[in-house]
Amino acid sequence: MYEFFTTTNLGIALTIVGQVLLIVVPLLVALAFLLYYDRKVWAAVQMRRGPNVVGAFGLLQSFADFLKYVLKEIVVPAGADKFVFFLAPMLSFVLAMVAWAVIPFNDRWVLADVNVAILFVFAVSSLEVYGVIMGGWASNSKYPFLGSLRSAAQMISYEVSIGLIIIGVIISTGSMNFGDIVRAQDGAGLFSWYWLPHFPMVFLFLISAMAETNRPPFDLPEAESELVAGYQVEYSSTPFLLFMIGEYVAIVLMCTLVSILFFGGWLSPIEAIPDGALWLILKIFFFFTIFAMVKAITPRYRYDQLMRIGWKVFLPLSLIWVVLVAFFAQYGAFWGTYARWTVGG
Amino acid sequence: MTVADFAFYAFAVTTLVGGLFTVLARNPVHSVLWLIMAFIGSAGLFVVLGAEFLAMLLMIVYVGAVAVLFLFVVMMLDVDFAELKAGMAKYMPLALLIAVVLLMQMGMIYGTWQFADGAEAARRAVTPDMTEVENTAALGQLIYDDYFLLFQLSGLVLLVAMIGAIVLTLRHRKDIKRQDVLAQMYRDPAKALELVDVKPGQGL
Amino acid sequence: MEDLLREYLPIVIFLAVAVGLGLVLVLAAAVLAVRHPDPEKVSAYECGFNAFDDARMKFDVRFYLVSILFIIFDLEIAFLFPWAVAFKDVGMIGFWSMMVFLAVLTIGFAYEWKKGALEWE
Repeated sequence: MYEFFTTTNLGIALTIVGQVLLIVVPLLVALAFLLYYDRKVWAAVQMRRGPNVVGAFGLLQSFADFLKYVLKEIVVPAGADKFVFFLAPMLSFVLAMVAWAVIPFNDRWVLADVNVAILFVFAVSSLEVYGVIMGGWASNSKYPFLGSLRSAAQMISYEVSIGLIIIGVIISTGSMNFGDIVRAQDGAGLFSWYWLPHFPMVFLFLISAMAETNRPPFDLPEAESELVAGYQVEYSSTPFLLFMIGEYVAIVLMCTLVSILFFGGWLSPIEAIPDGALWLILKIFFFFTIFAMVKAITPRYRYDQLMRIGWKVFLPLSLIWVVLVAFFAQYGAFWGTYARWTVGG
Repeated sequence: MTVADFAFYAFAVTTLVGGLFTVLARNPVHSVLWLIMAFIGSAGLFVVLGAEFLAMLLMIVYVGAVAVLFLFVVMMLDVDFAELKAGMAKYMPLALLIAVVLLMQMGMIYGTWQFADGAEAARRAVTPDMTEVENTAALGQLIYDDYFLLFQLSGLVLLVAMIGAIVLTLRHRKDIKRQDVLAQMYRDPAKALELVDVKPGQGL
Repeated sequence: MEDLLREYLPIVIFLAVAVGLGLVLVLAAAVLAVRHPDPEKVSAYECGFNAFDDARMKFDVRFYLVSILFIIFDLEIAFLFPWAVAFKDVGMIGFWSMMVFLAVLTIGFAYEWKKGALEWE
């Protein structure tokens, strides 16, 4: 039986399908509760109760919402390009999911241990802009179209600084494999993680991540007060659900990236306590809380200010940081904290 | 058929179909979408070749950036399809002629294509061993040192592209107010506000 | 080579599973939910108006400028990736050649800034 699953082609394929489901199913279930948690945080900040009817403390709210989405009518606008109209939500869902294939949850616990893992995630997140553009274009309606244009320009603007920030981490590690990046941060617990040497970039990355995922305060593509709901206006039922799942999965992915790149992934903060996947989950949860709080307490940016921050503040800062890190690494400054090439590659 | 063979044919067919429909699709936006499919197919082919870095680069630069620009351009085109079709009939003979000439040229090149004796060995000589150094690192060891001149030239090309894009598209509008963020932030509160005691009946 | 492909196989399967899941969700609503389209329901949302013209209209040339600049910086980042990975091996020449490359592009960036191409109006 064991032989079948490790040697034959069909067996290997079935094993991988099993592993994929092992990631996808917990991810989606966790997402249901994270959505609930997001709403609860938002409500708490505004001194409301938030969802509290379905199930104990409203815990099952997301599942009730899910049923409602599935039972709603799919309305396709008259002038819509039908194929692209349905392709767009599929794309944003699939792309957000597939990046999880290369995320390590624990030492060697990774589905696809590719050398260029970080580049893969970067590529996938750069494709996410298509879901939005296509959704807005296919609807043949003005608000979605304007929303998708804004969104496209916004996402590509912040991708540049995300890329540059990642470069800094890669210089320090000498590898694009997530496993190597985390292992390079192993050592004296909390203080050997990259957040300390790459301190300013943690904030830049978090803020860019919010802009990249169209999360408030950068939710201009969906700004209710000016664009109704941006590219999602004409969507209903499960196509809308796919957009929403895609958006939240992308947010959780960004939280995971912050945890892995700067906060040591599965490593425990104190050396005496063993490392494990639980630490990664706790870190993701912590950063999701930050995302939820930021959504609740910040007002929306104006579009020109958003573009200004992206191009005139984040881009130069992250570029200067890459050069600085390169010099630190090259000349071994700060006791080699910027050059940890003994691990991995 | 090994996995590699199967992957090759799958991606090759994807690329070809994508390319074919890029030309055949009526709607220019659909064309761009098919083009993206062709890009993704070729990215897969790069992976099959073991060139992971190029595959990801194709996704990031071509699909994630260049195709977005194409989509921007195409989405705002006011294309009159009837007119386009009438034009097509007119230019068909010329297009066919060019196609035949191109085909003949390709045939001629294919017929006389020869490798120099040392070509294969010379190409291998510069490449680090694939089994020891991973793809991206191998590229990194070559580009910045051995191909210094080409690398710097590509930097200059990018500079020219940057300047060109600005010269071509930048139009400043005169009729709008601009925000000077730094001026706002460094404004002196003491100078911004003035308290004036206005006497009744006198005004300022 | 086979090892390399084996590492990518899970990604393909992951893709297939995700597509399957998405299709199931869309089809579930298509099968389960009612469908009563009428002209008003399927008309484009326009805050109560009828749409004046086609929504796919011309838009500001700045969007192109942003995406062209994005391509250029994306390429710059693309050159940085192999350099960063091979950082310990590129040596002094590689290090300084990248610094020159970045300096050239910084000149371009400064030019953009001065020309006001980064301002959104």
